[in-house]
Amino acid sequence: MRIINIKPDRSAHLLLAALPFVLVALTYVIASALRLSENPADKLLPAFSTMIDSIRHMAFEEDTRTGSYLLWSDTFASASRLFWALCISTSVALIVGVLMGLLPLMGAFVGPFIAVASMVPPLALLPILFIVMGLGEASKIALIVIGTLPFLIRDLALRVAELPREQLIKAQTLGASTWQITLRIVVPQMLPRLIDGVRFSLGPAWLFLIAAEAIASDSGLGYRIFLMRRYLAMDVIIPYVAWITLLAYFSDTLLVWIQKRAFPWFSDARAT
Amino acid sequence: MSVISFSHVWKEYGDQIVLEDISLDIEDRAFVALVGPSGCGKTTFLRMLLGQDVATRGAILLDGLPLHGEPDADRGVVFQRYSVFPHLTVLGNVMLARELELSPFLGRLMGAAKKDAEADSLKLLDAVGLSGAQALYPASLSGGMQQRLALAQAIMRKPKVLLLDEPFGALDPGIKADIHTLMRKLWHESNLTVVMVTHDLSEAFRLATRVVALERRRDRPEERERYGATIAKDIQIWPRRIAGTPQPRSSSRDDLAKSGAIPGRPGLAMSEQIT
Ligand SMILES: Nc1ncnc2c1ncn2[C@@H]1O[C@H](COP(=O)(O)OP(=O)(O)OP(=O)(O)O)[C@@H](O)[C@H]1O
Ligand SMILES: [Mg+2]
Repeated sequence: MRIINIKPDRSAHLLLAALPFVLVALTYVIASALRLSENPADKLLPAFSTMIDSIRHMAFEEDTRTGSYLLWSDTFASASRLFWALCISTSVALIVGVLMGLLPLMGAFVGPFIAVASMVPPLALLPILFIVMGLGEASKIALIVIGTLPFLIRDLALRVAELPREQLIKAQTLGASTWQITLRIVVPQMLPRLIDGVRFSLGPAWLFLIAAEAIASDSGLGYRIFLMRRYLAMDVIIPYVAWITLLAYFSDTLLVWIQKRAFPWFSDARAT
Repeated sequence: MSVISFSHVWKEYGDQIVLEDISLDIEDRAFVALVGPSGCGKTTFLRMLLGQDVATRGAILLDGLPLHGEPDADRGVVFQRYSVFPHLTVLGNVMLARELELSPFLGRLMGAAKKDAEADSLKLLDAVGLSGAQALYPASLSGGMQQRLALAQAIMRKPKVLLLDEPFGALDPGIKADIHTLMRKLWHESNLTVVMVTHDLSEAFRLATRVVALERRRDRPEERERYGATIAKDIQIWPRRIAGTPQPRSSSRDDLAKSGAIPGRPGLAMSEQIT
C-alpha cells in the first residue's frame, strides 16, 4: 500500500501526537540527570523538581519586595498589553481593510502606502517609540500594533477582493447601497477571516511584546525572563517559556472555538 | 411594463469586437432565450443589460429610458454559481431583499416588519419547493436547491427584468426538469420579463417565448478580431406562450420527456429532498 493512503486511526493518532512531547521531556530528564550527577550545583538544566519549587515560589508566595504574586502579576501585565494591542490592530484592520478591498478609490489611496509602510522593520522603530511615547505602556502597545497591523490590513483587503464579484452584483440587484453592502455582505463575511488573520498574528505579537518588555519594563513575562537571565535562573526561565507557549496555544484554541461558534457557516463555505 | 430595446449596440474589448450592431426589441413579459456558441458574447450581452458593463456604441433602453450605468433593483439576476450569500441562512437570503429595501441604515428589520418579511419569505420558499430548509446555510444545499433559492431571492425584490446566465447549466437532467417547471411558474405568476442565456437548446425551446441566436458570421482566425457576433436567428415559439396563461399541453409534453429521460425517477419538486 502506498504511504500516502495509510491513515492513522484514533488511538494511533493520539499516540503519534503525544510521541514528540514525550520524547522532548524524556530527553530533557535524561540530560538533566546526567549533568546533575556530575555537578549537583549545575544551573543549566535544572531538575523538574527544582523547577516546580521555583514556580511554586513565583506563583503562590508573595514577593517580599513588591508584595505581589510575581507569575500572576507578570502574566496580567503581558496579557493586558497583548489584548489591548490586538484589539486596536483588529478594529483598525477591519475598517481599513474592508474600505481598501471594497472601494477602488481607497485601494488606490492607501494601498501603495501600506505596501511600503509594512516594510519598515517594527523593532527599528522601538527607540523612536520610547523617545516619543516614553517607557510606559503606550510604547509597548504601539510596537505590537505597528508590528501586526500592516499584515492584518493587507490580508483582509485581499480577502475582500476575493469575494466573488457575483455577490456584489447580486447585492446591487437587490437594491443595496454601498453602506448596506458593507454592513450586510462584506463585514459579516470578513469577521471569521479576520479571526484567521489574528491567529497568524499571535506569534509576531508575542515577539514584539517580549522584545519591548526585555528592553524597558518593570513587569511582564518577557521582563522576568530577561531579568532572570542575569542570575542564570534556568529553573524560572524554562517554566516561564513553557507558560508563554501554553498561553499562546490557549489563545489560538480560543480563537478557533469562537470562530466555530459565532460563524457556523464559515467552515462549510470555505470548503466550497 | 418592462420593454427592453437595443439599438445598434456594439461592444468592443480593446481591438476585439465582441458584439456587432445588435438591434433587438424585447416586448413586455417576454421570455427570451439567448443561445450561441461559446465565446460569442452571450454573457457580455447580459452584462450590458445588467449595467455591469457599458456598450461601446449604441443605446439600450428600458421602458424608453437609458439603462442605469450600474446594477439596480429593476434588474434581478441569477448566475450559474455564487448567486446566494453563504453567511445567511436560506430564510436570511430571501429576507435580505426586503431588509435592504426597508432599512437603509441597518439593513435589518425588527418587530412587526420583520415578522411580515419572514412570513412573505417563507411563502416564497414554499413556492420554490424549499419549505423546511429555511434554517440551513447554502453550503449544505444541493446545486438545484441553491438555484431555487437564488430564484426566490431575486423574485423577492420584484424586479422588472430577470436575467439568468446559464442558471441551470450545472444541474443534472432530472433536477433541471423540476426547476424548469418552477421557472415557468414564476414567469407566469410574477410580473417579469426574462432573458436567459443557455447552452441547452431544448431548454431554450421548452421555456422561452422567443429564441435568439448569436453567432459570428465570419469566424476564421484572422477575421475573429474584426467581426463581432450578430443576431443570426430570432425565432418566435409557436404555438405562442403567453405570460400568465399556463398551457397544460406543453407541460404534459415536458413530463413525458422527463419520465422518458430518467426512468424510475420520482416526479416534481419533491424529488430534491434534504438529506
Ligand atoms: N472583460 C473582458 N475583457 C476582455 N475580453 C473579454 C472580457 N469579457 C469577455 N471578453 C471576451 O468577449 C468574448 C465573449 O465573451 P462572453 O463571456 O460574453 O462569451 P459567452 O458567449 O458568454 O461564452 P460562454 O458560452 O463560454 O459563457 C470572449 O472572446 C471573451 O474573451
Ligand atoms: Mg457566458
